Amino acid sequence: MSTRWERKDLLGLRELSPEEIMLVLETADAFKEVGTREVKKVPALQGKTLVNLFIEPSTRTRTSFELAAKRLSADIVNITASASSLTKGETLKDTARVLEANHADIIVLRHSSPGAPQFLAGRVGASVINAGDGAHEHPTQGLLDSYTIRQKKGSVAGLHVAIIGDILFSRVARSNIFALLKLGAQVTLVGPSTLVPRVFEELGVAVSHDLESVLPTADVVNLLRIQHERQRKEYFPGLGEYIRLFGLTKERARFLKPDCLIMHPGPINRGVEIDSDLADGAQSVILEQVTNGLAVRMAVLYLCGGIANR
Amino acid sequence: MSKTNSPEEKNATRVFDAETLRRALRRMAHEIVERNRDLSVLVLAGVPNRGVELSERIAAELEAIGKVRVPTGVIDVSMHRDDVGQRASLPVVRASKLPLPLEGKTIVVVDDVLFTGRTCRAALDAIRDFGRPACIQLAVLIDRGHRELPIRPDFVGKNLPTAQGERVRVRLEKTDNQEDAVWLMKG
Repeated sequence: MSTRWERKDLLGLRELSPEEIMLVLETADAFKEVGTREVKKVPALQGKTLVNLFIEPSTRTRTSFELAAKRLSADIVNITASASSLTKGETLKDTARVLEANHADIIVLRHSSPGAPQFLAGRVGASVINAGDGAHEHPTQGLLDSYTIRQKKGSVAGLHVAIIGDILFSRVARSNIFALLKLGAQVTLVGPSTLVPRVFEELGVAVSHDLESVLPTADVVNLLRIQHERQRKEYFPGLGEYIRLFGLTKERARFLKPDCLIMHPGPINRGVEIDSDLADGAQSVILEQVTNGLAVRMAVLYLCGGIANR
Repeated sequence: MSKTNSPEEKNATRVFDAETLRRALRRMAHEIVERNRDLSVLVLAGVPNRGVELSERIAAELEAIGKVRVPTGVIDVSMHRDDVGQRASLPVVRASKLPLPLEGKTIVVVDDVLFTGRTCRAALDAIRDFGRPACIQLAVLIDRGHRELPIRPDFVGKNLPTAQGERVRVRLEKTDNQEDAVWLMKG
């Protein structure tokens, strides 16, 4: 691996080269091993300060970044929207500059506005890591999903991955699409036409509105959460109809290859996107995604935070 | 990378060829046996990249001498370096893999070139994360001097006096896919 990492920020996967993505995944291999040591902590980011700036609520991603930073020996501060001066009318830029004046080296940002991390990255010297910006990208989720597929299948290239559900509002779907295509997978998006419009075909993926025709050839199915908080009536007819057409029920699971991986970025709506038993079944790698997320985020923090700031 | 055995740069002096390098490794293996009467507690831990291949080659020599297979492992030091955040780009991090548990064991850290001693310092810290071996020793193919820390090797293939600005280039059969050689390159 001759690629070198030269980015201070991780804003999205669209701009990464396949080699850069592979570098993150291979670095994550090394950090996954740290979790097996007697002392699960390395001094790689000792003396660095990381701020989790979560303007939109999140438990899983924030916890994962916090644990990753702690395992790298960084100091960490968590700021949530309700506890920040943003509620007092301070702009995002001013908040970030105040954090920087407090010598923050890495800012992990979750924000409801697409492009917020890009906006910040160009205005502060600290590393900016996108932890999800609106319906735009969630790069570490895309990386950890690719990592999990690579770990289980040996390689991503040549596999058929079906991403099912609410694609239109999903940053997870976008980051997955970019990563999977760059790594040589074939991607099919499945869901109701309101949530999976044909325009996605321009990205180089297939679009289907018929789940049962896609399942038999899939090597991986990635079920996205129905984001009730982003839904409006005109996109989403009703839960009952969604489950009937696009839910991964036990009956439908019979169409799957026996070694097809079942993935879900969480949190799961049991009985909606996926039958409860399937989520806990042998084909499910949902909890491994969480474990791998920690290693991938350690790799990203190490790579972005470890290079000299100019 | 050039497939040929001689570096492109002028002013390169060959320090080891394949035969002298092999002899150096064999002598180091003999010295390891002399120092460590109980080979059953020995573990060789290679520092990536080239320390890993060297540790396997020394293990093969030990097998030829002592008729015992000494376990080898990998100790990556990237996460324990003291210059993270000061470099324009980072070395690729590799997974460490040591035969556990380390308690009661004698670990011989194996690396190609000993220079400032900072890599070895990082290796000592990294090993501590896996357990508490009874003893840690250091084997290096080349000791080029210029230590910045109070660290000394136990087994040395060759003491090579160098100027600060010179570079030592090590090439190994498996790692580099070319014939074994060590070169000293001027400035």
